[in-house]
Amino acid sequence: MFKIVSKRVLNESVHMMDIEAPMIAAKAKAGQFIILRIDEVGERIPLTIAGYDREKGIIKIIFQLVGKTTMHLGTLEAGDAIKDFVGPLGRASELEGYKKACVIGGGLGVAIAYPQAKELHKLGAEVDIIAGFRNKDLIILEDEMEQISENLYITTDDGSNGVKGFVTDILKKNLENTTYDVVIAIGPLIMMKFVAQITKAAGIKTIVSMNSVMVDGTGMCGGCRVTVGGETKFACVDGPDFDGHLVDFDEAMVRSLQYKEEEEHSCKLGGYLNG
Amino acid sequence: MVDMRKDKYPMPEQDPEVRNKNYQEVALGYTEELAVLEAKRCLNCKHKPCMKGCPVKVDIPGFIMKIKDGKFEEAYQIIAGTNSLPAVCGRVCPQETQCEELCVRAIKGESVGIGRLERFAADWHMEHTVEQEEDALTGQIKAAKSIAVVGAGPAGLTCAGDMARKGYDVTVYEAFHEPGGVLTYGIPEFRLPKDIVKKEIAILEKFGVEIMLNMVIGKILTIKELLNKHDAVFIGTGAGLPRFMKIPGENLNGVYSANEFLTRINLMKAYKFPEYDTPVKIGRNVAVIGGGNVAMDAARSAKRLGAENVYIIYRRGEEELPARLEEIQHAKEEGIIFRLLNNPVSIRGNDRGSVTGIECISMELGAPDDSGRRRPVEIKGSEHMMDMETVIVAIGQTPNPLIKSTTEELKTASWGGIIVNEETMETSIPGVYAGGDIVTGAATVILAMGAGKTAADAMDEYLKSK
Repeated sequence: MFKIVSKRVLNESVHMMDIEAPMIAAKAKAGQFIILRIDEVGERIPLTIAGYDREKGIIKIIFQLVGKTTMHLGTLEAGDAIKDFVGPLGRASELEGYKKACVIGGGLGVAIAYPQAKELHKLGAEVDIIAGFRNKDLIILEDEMEQISENLYITTDDGSNGVKGFVTDILKKNLENTTYDVVIAIGPLIMMKFVAQITKAAGIKTIVSMNSVMVDGTGMCGGCRVTVGGETKFACVDGPDFDGHLVDFDEAMVRSLQYKEEEEHSCKLGGYLNG
Repeated sequence: MVDMRKDKYPMPEQDPEVRNKNYQEVALGYTEELAVLEAKRCLNCKHKPCMKGCPVKVDIPGFIMKIKDGKFEEAYQIIAGTNSLPAVCGRVCPQETQCEELCVRAIKGESVGIGRLERFAADWHMEHTVEQEEDALTGQIKAAKSIAVVGAGPAGLTCAGDMARKGYDVTVYEAFHEPGGVLTYGIPEFRLPKDIVKKEIAILEKFGVEIMLNMVIGKILTIKELLNKHDAVFIGTGAGLPRFMKIPGENLNGVYSANEFLTRINLMKAYKFPEYDTPVKIGRNVAVIGGGNVAMDAARSAKRLGAENVYIIYRRGEEELPARLEEIQHAKEEGIIFRLLNNPVSIRGNDRGSVTGIECISMELGAPDDSGRRRPVEIKGSEHMMDMETVIVAIGQTPNPLIKSTTEELKTASWGGIIVNEETMETSIPGVYAGGDIVTGAATVILAMGAGKTAADAMDEYLKSK
């Protein structure tokens, strides 16, 4: 069992937890993920490692309450425990050697983008962060991002805070008078797709993180397959980071909806959704 | 008195039309009476030809004679002396190409039902042995030396069991949340009940084998780190990566690797969704590509999950099907439709990205190829469509690269398998052994177990001399 050491509600649908997992914490690197299963009947779900503390033996996870498992996880409190917690899985992000980087996060993706930005900052890069949210109530990690970025841009779809509009609007505007060695985009597939379109035209290397449906996370099931540059790759062992200019986002969007009906059914039965 | 009946005493089975709708075990096992009758068919040959066909060297006539005399627990103890997973082997070993193939009784008639008798003895033991008796086996004085086993599948568990019996301290590192490897995630409940697997593993644990779950070696710990903690390491990580066909449409929704399909069902219990959280999608029409045991398992699982029509699509003919005869027979009885001499060309989908059909081309058999089987050749212009909502690709697996990619000194073949000295199973790193599918490529449970046993013997020698 893996103990939940602490829990913080970042906004109504995004929670953060510190999990006691010293062996994983000893090895974890930015960009890697864990797979958890809450209990005996639970599903295995991948979550990106949002932070780690090697000394305290802690792995930080941030998750959005979108499906049966995450909604169930959201009901757990500090002191409760998770049955299975596996990692660190996937390849670590390659963040060395950049002078000027732009890290873009959308929604929950901000939680995953933040450790990457932090790592880039630690390695001496100048980091601009563009973080997009639907509205002001959903904004997370603002102070944390402020501390490590050269410029922090917050956008909201409805203009309730920061700039009204999308992260791509800011990116386009920035590219009018500056450029980056690398753009790292993490968030909804549609956001990563449009970011990659802009950076491709501008000739800027772009890394995206693919959070595919998977079972084992060790290359065994092949459920997480993604087409990258015309080749089939497994997000769990070949990724989760890929060259954003080569990912087939349209296919990935279709694949991400594969279990939509079952998810809704499961959420309703679990009493997490009405209907 | 030897019973000269020509064929085996039949083993009771569930009726095909009943069992293809449930997940309970198909073959029900011998009763005590049937087991004694079958045991009486054994000639108790002095030269024991059957034993030469057993990769884990079970004293076959020895245990059969005990069954004949009604000494069932003694029969079990003889088997368990060399075989760490008898109830599993009695069910899933291809006995017809191993021990039973060499049985003298097979010359005129059917061989003795060695597999069925092994299963009987193991099941009898599980049903009748009380806790205390097994506890007596534990608490042995441990050697100062410890070994690590990577992967709790057939190869790893065998190596672990043998090393524990030899008195070593054994820790098994398993990536999944359940031990068993392919016995747990791959082979379906109706062929190998998970309860049996659990009980057999529990017996190993009583011998002192410690199993650590959720440990992906290569990630959380490297082989080098294991060597710092332990005196020797055995790698039995199996053939984990699914192969795909590389044809258009393979990433449509509704296309599964057999690995994913079976893991969802067996390990994650998707057949009990929504009681269990993991779903699996089954269309009205399901195509399983491939003709091996895994393909049969996938097809029979799909049928049980409610598919109306389940097809096996295989590019060669009936005689070339690599699956065990018994599995093919069971699949046919349960209504699986065989579309042989057919090769998929593309998978088609609708505008929502879901599978709607599969395009195949008809094949004919030409001259024999490298494998000695007649090579399938496409018949020009014979492309045809079949309506399908689910496609399961069961054309084989390749070794898992996680350890290879994190262990520089480990020598591997171009296809990814670990290279070993075949007599000792030692790898290019001293003190590190490997066996099972990670060495041979996808093969059988019993071959993996044989490799685990060979490695344990060699490891013992190595550690004694160290």
